[in-house]
Amino acid sequence: MHELSIATYVVDLATQHASQHEGSRVAAVTLRVGSLSCVHEAALRFSFDLVCEGTPLKGAELHIVAVPVSVWCAACQAERELPSIQRFACPVCGAPSADIRAGRELDLESIELVEAALP
Amino acid sequence: MSHSRPIRSSSVQPPRGQSPRILEVRTKILKKNDELARAMRAEFEAAGVVVVNLVSSPGTGKTAFLKETLTRLVKAGEPVAAVVGDLETDNDAQRLAASGAPVRQIMTHGLCHLEADMVKAHLEGWDLSSLRYLFIENVGNLVCPTSWDLGESLRVALLSVTEGEDKPLKYPGLFNTADVAVITKIDLTEACDFNRALARANIEAVRPGMRVFETSAKTGAGMDGWMEWLTRAGQA
Ligand SMILES: Nc1nc2c(ncn2[C@@H]2O[C@H](COP(=O)(O)OP(=O)(O)OP(=O)(O)O)[C@@H](O)[C@H]2O)c(=O)[nH]1
Ligand SMILES: [Mg+2]
Ligand SMILES: [Zn+2]
Repeated sequence: MHELSIATYVVDLATQHASQHEGSRVAAVTLRVGSLSCVHEAALRFSFDLVCEGTPLKGAELHIVAVPVSVWCAACQAERELPSIQRFACPVCGAPSADIRAGRELDLESIELVEAALP
Repeated sequence: MSHSRPIRSSSVQPPRGQSPRILEVRTKILKKNDELARAMRAEFEAAGVVVVNLVSSPGTGKTAFLKETLTRLVKAGEPVAAVVGDLETDNDAQRLAASGAPVRQIMTHGLCHLEADMVKAHLEGWDLSSLRYLFIENVGNLVCPTSWDLGESLRVALLSVTEGEDKPLKYPGLFNTADVAVITKIDLTEACDFNRALARANIEAVRPGMRVFETSAKTGAGMDGWMEWLTRAGQA
């Protein structure tokens, strides 16, 4: 379950960013996850909550923006979104394409900070 | 995964005295691994070593295929080495070492894929510039290794005839990041009623234009073609 590793990377990154803003804690993080990134959403959510325990991210919300796959179609001279990741071909003209323009994302998009409660 | 927009809690009324701030971070989650892998790739290129990452399900025949490949390279006088990742045991390293090549086992203790720092730690003391090829046998898994760059020059996705023809359609993410595919255990084609043309069509569907080899580590079938391709890739 590589989602546990991914969650650890997310929490580490978010903690680093939050530490530059004294007196704040992370209330939520937003990720962009491409459909080719092989991430299972439920496994990632489960891992995220697990990894957040005992860190400044405890209780933080996880927002996931799914990014569909797009390829460049040389025949159409256009970027095309694929209806399925089982066939890398232009959905309009049928030309095969391995020129991927979107769908591999595994990005930390933003972090939402709120004032930390006084101890 | 849902395509709905995320609900930002900024749209929800924050508790009194708390004004949420959105930090636009926009970084790759695996940045730490990506950066190390990039540095390793530069180091490999400078040393002139071709690094090949082998990825497949458990039991596809990575070790058998790699052992055959190493044996042939050692016979040809090529300086080669390998590292192999497994959850536990060093059985695969022992099998590979029979080829005569130096081999190191990476035990991941439960982790389902190799990460760049694990590979790097196991290369210590090896003079990369004396090597022509370095092979990395990843942990048997068709999902998890996909997003982890190990600094490799070539990624090989393997699929055995015993797994069925539709593996590429079930795991497009992994096949899609590969540079070349190998169908292993081709000696079992008849026994498994395996449709080679269909398997090739499925690979082509998820990775148009990718080179596909059909091999048997048992009979040696198809190994010559693979070795020729590898040699050419090594010279490029
Ligand atoms: N008939 C036949 N059997 C093979 C061939 N290659 C491997 N096998 C058998 O398949 C089984 C698994 O092979 P391995 O080489 O250990 O597979 P692997 O992919 O390295 O497995 P993990 O490292 O555990 O993921 C073994 O029993 C091998 O003897 C082949 O070309 N033909
Ligand atoms: Mg093995
Ligand atoms: Zn088109």
